[in-house]
Amino acid sequence: MDALILARMQFAANITFHILFPTISIALGWLLLFFRWRWLHIRGGGDGASAQGWLDAYRFWTKVFALTFALGVVSGITMSFQFGTNWPGFMERVGNVAGPLLGYEVLTAFFLEAGFLGVMLFGHGKVGERVHLMSTFMVAFGTTLSAFWILALNSWMQTPAGHEIVDGEFHVASWLAVIFNPSFPYRFAHMLLASALTCAFLLIGLSSWQVLRGVGQRSAARVMRVGLTLAAVLIPVQIVVGDMHGLNTLEHQPAKIAAMEGVWDTERGAPLLLFAIPDAAARRNHFEIAIPNGASLILTHKADGEIRGLNDFQGAHPPPLPMFFAFRLMVGMGMLMLAASWLGWWLYRRTKWQPALLPRALLWLFAGMTFSGWVATVAGWYVTEIGRQPYIVYGLVRTADVVSKVPSAMIGLTLALYVALYLALIVAYVAVLKYMAEKPDEVLATEAAEQAATPPGAITSPIVEGGRA
Amino acid sequence: MNAMASFDAALPVIFMVLMGVSMLVYVVSDGYDLGVGMLMHRATDAEKDVMVASIGPFWDANETWLVLGVGILLVAFPKAHGLVLGELYLPVTLMLIGLTLRGVAFDFRVKARDSHKRTWDRLFFAGSTLASVAQGWMLGRYISGFGTGWNYPVFAAAIAVALPMAYVLMGAAWLIMKTEGELQERALQWARIAWAPMVGGMVLISMATPWVSPEVRERWFALPEIIALAAIPLMTGVALLAVRGLLNTRMVRGPVCWLPFVLLIMVFVLGFLGLAYSIFPYVVIGQLTIWQAASSAPALKVILVGACISVPAIVGYTVFSYRVFRGKTGELRYA
Repeated sequence: MDALILARMQFAANITFHILFPTISIALGWLLLFFRWRWLHIRGGGDGASAQGWLDAYRFWTKVFALTFALGVVSGITMSFQFGTNWPGFMERVGNVAGPLLGYEVLTAFFLEAGFLGVMLFGHGKVGERVHLMSTFMVAFGTTLSAFWILALNSWMQTPAGHEIVDGEFHVASWLAVIFNPSFPYRFAHMLLASALTCAFLLIGLSSWQVLRGVGQRSAARVMRVGLTLAAVLIPVQIVVGDMHGLNTLEHQPAKIAAMEGVWDTERGAPLLLFAIPDAAARRNHFEIAIPNGASLILTHKADGEIRGLNDFQGAHPPPLPMFFAFRLMVGMGMLMLAASWLGWWLYRRTKWQPALLPRALLWLFAGMTFSGWVATVAGWYVTEIGRQPYIVYGLVRTADVVSKVPSAMIGLTLALYVALYLALIVAYVAVLKYMAEKPDEVLATEAAEQAATPPGAITSPIVEGGRA
Repeated sequence: MNAMASFDAALPVIFMVLMGVSMLVYVVSDGYDLGVGMLMHRATDAEKDVMVASIGPFWDANETWLVLGVGILLVAFPKAHGLVLGELYLPVTLMLIGLTLRGVAFDFRVKARDSHKRTWDRLFFAGSTLASVAQGWMLGRYISGFGTGWNYPVFAAAIAVALPMAYVLMGAAWLIMKTEGELQERALQWARIAWAPMVGGMVLISMATPWVSPEVRERWFALPEIIALAAIPLMTGVALLAVRGLLNTRMVRGPVCWLPFVLLIMVFVLGFLGLAYSIFPYVVIGQLTIWQAASSAPALKVILVGACISVPAIVGYTVFSYRVFRGKTGELRYA
């Protein structure tokens, strides 16, 4: 295989692995804040048992957050290197735009590490409730801000704006236009919602697992209710935002849409393909199952709206096959999540929020969907990233022009190493989450022992320490 | 107008200093905790817990200096980032794999079932060693300007052995400072073992560097500079001898347990100054100066604003955390 495809696969392996963890930690930060606030609020009202449930939930999910954050950091370090190892030409060409955005992302993450995460993870009971609540807020805010910067950069690469090109090198004309480029608001909203939904199903899934195993009773019921409510409310919002994102893509990156929908020739009233096998060599689809006018209706909101086909973008469009299936996987998973959360919420309400009364088959379904958010998110990112090809900065810089000159055998070898490592770590992560879910009391007991043993004078531990804790 | 122009020209220097200091802090701080990681397999299970606890509150903040250093390389000197990391492709990958293994092992060893703890401990050791060796190799390749020829890989290989030894010595000195009793006794022993190869490696490297790099040779062996510059190797030598001498005294177990560690930091700082003198104003020796490699002045100014806000905060919390966790590591459980 040539170096370009290997470099892309390697970078894809790394960003795929990386995005799993921020996808959880962005929304989990806010959920922790919510748990924290519920505990404080209800404790004030005098309902001790209920308050304890929220506190248990907060402490348990803080552990999950810490583990997730740690994996996000280690895979993030790798990314900062791979920009240079895999795409040396990228920073040479667009460093003036990408550099500051990446720089602010790193500094934001740094700043976050600087104080608040350590206080949040280790400072409970050592600093005032208000300071602790504030720290939890800052952590949630910080992860969201990191997402803001990195999505601004990613969106700029999709729909570049606000720059000028002098002697082949990019310079910034307007930072506002760079950051708030045309696709940024949609992508940012879509990703934040994806994070919330991924978290919601993680909450639902692990709580279901706990109910099936008969552990963690005090918190599981509450956490499951939060998860189901969040999912049931946000999936419809996500569908609307996703639709708007699609319209925006049609306006700015029509070739991406054509690949997603398997449309070869520009046509009015394009059908919606439920299934097909796009064949890039023959430039046609096999085994089409179509709904007439469906694609036009969805994308232009008119039955005879025009969709431009891939043949209009010969040599400058992404490969349709992976796009077509990744997009359907994302949408399909979203539909499944919609059905599961609505059904689950309705049934759960009928049990008066007593999870032990839910049908076991439903609990198993939820447990099986614990990581369904990951599947949808990764599939969505594949659509957007493969969909930008063959460009690295859409329409302006080709990926092939910035790739590293490292021999392909070397890239292949390191790719194999990375993939082996990442697979092992995903297995370890899931195994540890399962173990923690099954033994929540032990996990919390460790924390108590650790707090009791903290040396005198340690008012707070202002390090991310806990990030790895 | 003139002042503006000179400020623009100074921007790359500011970022070079920031990057250099980040890298120095990284090497010193992650150096001792990588060293502790490499000593893990020599310790008993109970000692392992204390060793991990001694670096627990720090190691992760230590590693973020690497992100800052490479981040500055990436955003302020994009052209050098591509060149340097392209040259160091394989060792960078191995270092990252080492650091990843180590980072997650740290976390997993306390969260996993007891039966898996040993596996994570082994991975912690393996990751620390892999990362250190890879860093040594990268340093060797970098100093010699990525030269080709039989002598360059040999030179890099020598540093790939010497740097981990230096880390081990730092790690042992850290444990002498942070622990008591039997573990401290063992740390003294480890330090004695690591001292000779580390010093041997340093001497070899000091002699070999001018040999493999004509650029460095010219800078160091010119009069009158050589007289002023002689202070660097002399002070390094004195500090290293003092460390060796201290290891045999009774005092090092008590009141001056911190001295070997501080002296070793001094050795690293001196080595860094020597290196900086050898290289400046190049980012890649003989190939790319900092002005050639830098981003445009407007882009650098934007980053500088962010750096001015965060760097003081980072320094502040580092000082604060070392103050909070000062003294001997007791039963602090790191979980």
